[in-house]
Amino acid sequence: MIYIKRRQVNYLKIALLFVQRWVLMDRIGEVTQSARPPSGGRINWFKYSSPQTFFPLAGAAIPWFSAAAAIFCLLGLYLSFFVAPTDQQQGEVYRIIFIHVPAAWMSMFIYVVMAFWAGVGLVLNTRLSGMMANALAPTGALFTFLALWTGSLWGKPTWGAWWVWDARLTSELILLFLYFGFMALTAAIDDARRADRAAGLFALVGVINIPIIYFSVQWWNTLHQGASVSLTRAPTMAATMLAGMVLMALGFWMYSFAASFARVRCIILERERNAEWVAQYAEALR
Amino acid sequence: MNWGSLEAFLAMGGYALYVWGSYAVTFILIVAEILLLARRRRGIVTQLGGLGRVSRRPS
Amino acid sequence: MVIGRDLLLAMRRRSDVANALLFFVIVASLFPLGVGPEPNLLRTIAPGVIWVAALLASMLALGRMFAADYADGTLEQMLLACVPVGVIVVGKAVAHWLVSGLPLVLLAPILVLQFDLSAEAFAVLIASLVIGTPSLTLIGAVGAALTIGVRGSGVLTSLLVLPLYVPVLILGTSAVDAASGGVTVQAHLLLLTAFLIFTSAFAPWAAAAALRISLD
Repeated sequence: MIYIKRRQVNYLKIALLFVQRWVLMDRIGEVTQSARPPSGGRINWFKYSSPQTFFPLAGAAIPWFSAAAAIFCLLGLYLSFFVAPTDQQQGEVYRIIFIHVPAAWMSMFIYVVMAFWAGVGLVLNTRLSGMMANALAPTGALFTFLALWTGSLWGKPTWGAWWVWDARLTSELILLFLYFGFMALTAAIDDARRADRAAGLFALVGVINIPIIYFSVQWWNTLHQGASVSLTRAPTMAATMLAGMVLMALGFWMYSFAASFARVRCIILERERNAEWVAQYAEALR
Repeated sequence: MNWGSLEAFLAMGGYALYVWGSYAVTFILIVAEILLLARRRRGIVTQLGGLGRVSRRPS
Repeated sequence: MVIGRDLLLAMRRRSDVANALLFFVIVASLFPLGVGPEPNLLRTIAPGVIWVAALLASMLALGRMFAADYADGTLEQMLLACVPVGVIVVGKAVAHWLVSGLPLVLLAPILVLQFDLSAEAFAVLIASLVIGTPSLTLIGAVGAALTIGVRGSGVLTSLLVLPLYVPVLILGTSAVDAASGGVTVQAHLLLLTAFLIFTSAFAPWAAAAALRISLD
């Protein structure tokens, strides 16, 4: 059996991040290149940064992402239930890992992406970036909650308590508060532009602080618990377990794309309701 | 295959509450998010006058 | 000049300042009432309780940093002046700390008596509060700047700012715990100082950006 170390899992996470960036920029480049005028100008990366042009692109992409999400999740679930063997120490309950860890990965990943788009919106003053950040937040909060919920359900039979102040779980909890703060700030400010920019700044402040918060909580944990036990501490794990987690993570990732694209389409319609193209779109749906 | 029978699968070695509690809540929340998004979209589009649900006032 | 003006305004509304400090003392006093008078237990929870009370009291005072000036238009005038916005933010933060953070530090000895902390723990608590409360003010400035003029801004600011306060809370209380346990506290206080330096570098800039966002 091949055993893969924890560290390689982290490299995988970072690789996923870069792949997503590359895929997104490549897709935009590809589409804009085919739309390039015959006079052959430079690639206009910003063509899809307007809500009007992004709207149909997102709409076309959603079914693909949904299908990919379904496929990856089904594969992941198959692996998690029917291929991965029973754990020696924990028995069947360890199978919660196939949701807990991918959800935690997604919660952090989505926050970083959210902060990225918020930063782009602040620097380049594009409306769509702010809308995208807003669209990502609820999905990210959902995964954060799922990570906490599954962590709690995993902790009860394993460590005997519904909540353990494990460093990672506590950091997830604070991440949830940061998501809620972002959404509350957006909801409280009436002017959409100001709301986006204020919440975006808050997301950036949060993303800088998250490593600090994580390390301080981890330190706090070691101060108060002699031999700190972590729910996800598994120095080595079977390849099938890792494969199952990665497949579920990919499924969640595809789902996040689909959900946030669907949400950003709603946000675009809500905010651009006075635009001509929106009226035409609604007319065409009739 | 890991499971001898459907009963064994559902029982999850005695941890049914925890494992199925996790998977069920995940499934429910994801479905809920999808449904809420669908409802939000229907609401806006109806408001904008699409979908032929809102009858135009004669003006 | 900004500092002087803010201090003058604060002195004119002494009751606001006093209220936050009273809140600090009352909240800290509630905990023994809640958990019982057993001295060992109180000694254990004292650093956490005092620090949490300091956090909450510091947060209460955040509303005053920008709200009054925003309401009468002075804030916009300040932003239009030739002074860099970051300097204005630092000025306001200093004034805010002098009026809320410093009195907290001065009141802390009362609470230490209530919880019967040892002398070393007392000294370290004061030190941690002195180093830590400016960080609270600076982070709070960012939160306050983001929520200027927003309805429900008091609670909203708290929601935004409390997660960011967590590192200060952990570092501050761990320092006092270390002192009670007889372990060296240098590392803890140095980390607290490092966090303060980090916050001083970034928070004024972030708060200035937030002010521009809020006032445009």
